[in-house]
Amino acid sequence: MMMSGIQAAEIDDPTMIDEEEVRESPFWDWDFAFDAFPDIFMAFVEVTLLVTIIGTLVAAVLGLIIAILIMLLPRPLAWCVRWLANFIRMTPIVVQLIFVFWAFVWMDALTIGIIVFGVHYATYMSEVYRAGIESVPKGQWEATTALSMSAARTWRKIVIPQALRSTVPSLGNYAISMFKDTPFLLVIGVAEMVTVAGERGAPVFRTTEVYTIAGLLFLVASYPTAVLIHRLEKRLAYAQ
Amino acid sequence: MEFFEDWPQYFEVAINWSDRLLAGLWTTIQLTLFGGILAFLIAVALGLLAGSPNGWLRIPARVLIEFFRGISLVVLLFWLMFVLPQIWMRNPDLPFRDLVYNTFLLGVIALGLNYGAYGAEAVRASLTTVASGQWEATTALSMSWPHKMRRVIFPQAWALMLPSLSNLWVHLLKGSAIAYIMPFVSDLTAELNQLRRPTDIWFSHAFIGLVVYFILALVLTLFMQTLEARAKHKLGRGPSIREILSPAPKAIVPDAPVAASVTEPKSDAGADVPPRSPSEGGAR
Repeated sequence: MMMSGIQAAEIDDPTMIDEEEVRESPFWDWDFAFDAFPDIFMAFVEVTLLVTIIGTLVAAVLGLIIAILIMLLPRPLAWCVRWLANFIRMTPIVVQLIFVFWAFVWMDALTIGIIVFGVHYATYMSEVYRAGIESVPKGQWEATTALSMSAARTWRKIVIPQALRSTVPSLGNYAISMFKDTPFLLVIGVAEMVTVAGERGAPVFRTTEVYTIAGLLFLVASYPTAVLIHRLEKRLAYAQ
Repeated sequence: MEFFEDWPQYFEVAINWSDRLLAGLWTTIQLTLFGGILAFLIAVALGLLAGSPNGWLRIPARVLIEFFRGISLVVLLFWLMFVLPQIWMRNPDLPFRDLVYNTFLLGVIALGLNYGAYGAEAVRASLTTVASGQWEATTALSMSWPHKMRRVIFPQAWALMLPSLSNLWVHLLKGSAIAYIMPFVSDLTAELNQLRRPTDIWFSHAFIGLVVYFILALVLTLFMQTLEARAKHKLGRGPSIREILSPAPKAIVPDAPVAASVTEPKSDAGADVPPRSPSEGGAR
């Protein structure tokens, strides 16, 4: 559902809706709401959750790689990586989606969505990891030198386990953020929840129920997760 | 790749259309500015309410914050665009009828509500981070609530909340790109997408869009960093903007303890003008 340009002006112009028809129909139709819910929920599980989960995994791994690269690479290269990450972080995901969509036309839109979300949030998560790595006390590094540990062993066994601990809540917050950004996928025509909701409501000119259901699903899924992450954050802060 | 061979041609098209692209850029800037101002007002109002000890004020504010934070921006946009006008369709006599059909205004409201709710959390958090002694002192001096907020608490919280607000404003700028799906809102993304129709090229145009958005975001960040430096200077915790920009060498204090928390007065970085530079933690 790419709504833009001339077509959009005809279909989505709110002034084009027949007001008489709206006045005669009820504001909220329970039957239609129950009817539309399964489709919207399926789209929620199949696309929105899928993109969020795989996107978070990609972002978490790639973010760590970016953070370590910035620390280990020689300065000019590290500078390049950092500014590339800054560039990705400071440009809209909507434009990025369309950019990648047209650059890799042969690829599936859903795959492109997952990759773009993964890479975009990886640049955020790399900052979280960087802060986590910097928070590892200097004595730990000195101890690894004193024990003449190899660099790989130092990172794998000493630095990363300690750095990761404090990063978990922030990573969770970015995952929620990504979850709430998934409707942006509609610009490349992925049938995610909000698109499906719109398509479900369009033939009968009913929008109240479908968009309310979509919004409530977002709330129901994101709020408890946010509360859990907040608790985790408190516990980790208490443990330290 | 033929993409790269034909690039000069693509950019020529973009230059020929520069009028429309600039108009789109102006719409994006307006969305960002008005959305940002609205978001800031909402953030301060909700943040103050959410930080108040009175449950009758705090709980409704928390519900509003969680609601507008948890609902996705796109859902909010569609809700304002499709569901809200129905109220006016059902009751044609209600005032402000034209405003509900103004999609640009709806876009600004959606951005303001969504990012305002995020900002409210930053405002609340920074209010609680202001040292408790400051709160107690205002009570001891029996300052009225507006007085203590304006003179003591808010200036300190302001310096603390600016980094988060800066991030959020960049987020808002990036979020404003989604407004292009709304009819009659021709922001930069919409104009670039229009450009695709006659030319059937998007790649280079999207690249132009990315660069322009990046520059806008950098300008926003620099502006907010200036504000932050100014706020800190006013609290006596850092050099003034004139000192930062001056070419005079800045004395670097070796092994100066890095301020662990922002509430701690920072060691004087611009120490070459000691008589006039703010004394540490002096002017509170």
